[in-house]
Amino acid sequence: MSSVLRKQMFDHGPPSYAEVNRDVINALTTTTWRYWLTLGISASVALLFFIAPWIYQIIVGVGAAGMNRNAMWGTYLSNFIFWIGLSHSGTLLSAVLHITQSDWRKSIYRSAEAMTLFSLMTAALFVMVHVGRLWFVHWTFPVPNPMELWPNFRSPLMFDVMAILTYLTASSVFIYMGSLPDFAAVRDASKGLRRRIYAVLCFGWRGTAQEWHTLGWSYTFFAVLVIPLAVSVHSIVSWDFAMSTVPGLHQTIFAPYFVCGAIYSGTAGIVTVMWMLRRYMGFGRYIGKLHIDNLSKLLLVLSLIWTYINICELFTAWYADTSFENEAILYRIWEGPFWWLWWEMIAFCAFVPLLLFSRRIRQNWNLMLVISIVINIGMLTERFVIVASSLPRKFLPDVFGTYFPSLVEISITVGSFAVFTTLFLLFVKIFPAVSIYEVKETLAPLRKREASA
Amino acid sequence: MSKITDTLRQYRADGYFAEFDYHWTMAIDLDQCTGCGACVVACQAENNLPIVGEKRMRQGREMKWLRVERYWEGDYPDARLSFIPILCQQCDKAPCEIACPVFATYHNQDGLNAQVYNRCIGTRTCAVYCPYEVRFFNWFTYTWDEPLEQQLNPDVTVREKGVMEKCTFCVQRINRAKDLARDEGRRVADGEVQPACAQSCPTDAIVFGDRNDTDSAVSRKMRDPRAYEVLKELNTAPSVVYLKNAREPLHAADGGGHHDGANAQAAEPRAAAAEPRMVEAESAVT
Repeated sequence: MSSVLRKQMFDHGPPSYAEVNRDVINALTTTTWRYWLTLGISASVALLFFIAPWIYQIIVGVGAAGMNRNAMWGTYLSNFIFWIGLSHSGTLLSAVLHITQSDWRKSIYRSAEAMTLFSLMTAALFVMVHVGRLWFVHWTFPVPNPMELWPNFRSPLMFDVMAILTYLTASSVFIYMGSLPDFAAVRDASKGLRRRIYAVLCFGWRGTAQEWHTLGWSYTFFAVLVIPLAVSVHSIVSWDFAMSTVPGLHQTIFAPYFVCGAIYSGTAGIVTVMWMLRRYMGFGRYIGKLHIDNLSKLLLVLSLIWTYINICELFTAWYADTSFENEAILYRIWEGPFWWLWWEMIAFCAFVPLLLFSRRIRQNWNLMLVISIVINIGMLTERFVIVASSLPRKFLPDVFGTYFPSLVEISITVGSFAVFTTLFLLFVKIFPAVSIYEVKETLAPLRKREASA
Repeated sequence: MSKITDTLRQYRADGYFAEFDYHWTMAIDLDQCTGCGACVVACQAENNLPIVGEKRMRQGREMKWLRVERYWEGDYPDARLSFIPILCQQCDKAPCEIACPVFATYHNQDGLNAQVYNRCIGTRTCAVYCPYEVRFFNWFTYTWDEPLEQQLNPDVTVREKGVMEKCTFCVQRINRAKDLARDEGRRVADGEVQPACAQSCPTDAIVFGDRNDTDSAVSRKMRDPRAYEVLKELNTAPSVVYLKNAREPLHAADGGGHHDGANAQAAEPRAAAAEPRMVEAESAVT
């Protein structure tokens, strides 16, 4: 990366080493009443809108949701896919950019990876909300038992459990490992209980050459490991649909479609989170025009791929010309009760991002916040439309039905965002949300140049 | 690893289930079906199916392992009605069986698509994968009002909330007959087992038996030229065979390729299989 680009990384000029330490650690240690208020609100929303209806549903039965004989899957499953999708950009992007040595990643990757982690956790929660008998959900794991009963390895849901757990483990290790030197920095800058906690968290990091070396290669190793994992996870999630015989779901294009959609919504999610960090955590100095510009370009490319795959989907249905497939598509985009959601999704995810061809829009943070949220609304409805417009009408016309989410489902959907926010708010007070040591790495050549000038 | 793949290959091969003692099959003669619904009631009584009530029925949550679908042709007064009882087709290549992550649904050696209620965790994937929509989910724990719980069948489990259930071909009756036959050291005789629906059918439209026995009543029905399988094009290899209701087309003049009645349709199994879709659908559940 040229030094010109390096300079663009920081809108207000490069900070000094001491300033990096101070800014990032301050964000951890100084907690305003606004933070507590936000945390309190989001935690109570999570409790009221997510946990409370969930407990009600556990007691009553899944009948509390709006699903029925025709639509056995509903918003829980579509939300599960949405959250898995949202998790896809963080770790994947961070790993890809690490391998390609794009230095601009260094100030944003920590919080992007945290987003991965927490949206994966939210997605896992939705699996538990979805199943009928939560108390036996551990049977999906290969737990040794006297009956010698094992999970069914032909089931795409089984692949799901494996893939998601692997991805969750790998991303947790990845983010934790990358944070070790920063935990040490926090330890060195603090006293008392905090110092002791971070001394444990950083595994006694001393900063010797050997430690840096080990961290370097193991980090790269994990980056290489995580990339195929991330691609496989959403392919496997798409097989939940594609391996069925349901018209509108039984499509070979689903794996690339879902992976692309996942990275797309994930990148939009990163933009939203970056805006929050700049606005409320005071990281405006580290996350600047260069970052938003690059992320927006990525969004634009992904939106074009996404549009292309959507056209492919319609084309293959038209070209195959089987009555089931034709009717399923027609029901989805025109005749069904959710036709307007399909058009909304096309407008939000295919047309709105075309604005990003303009550099002025790309570098406007507030506008990008709106666009990124609009894209994610579109992606949320995409998943809903896929589920809600295919399942109620499969093959036998006599049992055609409809599906509409119940209040419990809507409330849990809203609550899931609060769950995510709560987890993320806790994260920013435990982890240094901007990587201290890696931002300093980008500073070093700059300072040398300044000294010689 | 090769051991696993070999087993799977063997499992999928055609005729795999022929090695076993029985291959239970049902034949339903649509020509004899009057749509009376006696089979539906019998199933409800035999298998402890809950009465969900009007409200939940409207929400599309009725529990009916066996339903009589109605399809209308033409406009009133020049209209005609046909019936087709749809129940679990006990597919030999069942889409639902690959779906379950915990093996709650599997294929047993009698060719039955078995559902283990204890093992079910309620992901509902099997029901989504089922093209016939004959799997039913316990959205709530259903109860029976005061005297009604007295008539629950002691041979059949009462299911709790969060569990998937479906037609078992009255497996409790099959097992009782098999036990009896084993004690007497013989095979189960043809006609010895009758599921509740077959037993209650006033016109004997439903015939049940062992397909491995080539002389059984059901095998003879299967060889009928009117025989077809619903949604055969999905390659699910169902164990329920329907005998087509061979009638003159409603409007013989514009009947196109169907002028030849039964023989034409027997020669065209694909066209016959898609029958429910060829007629105009009227969404109504009997």
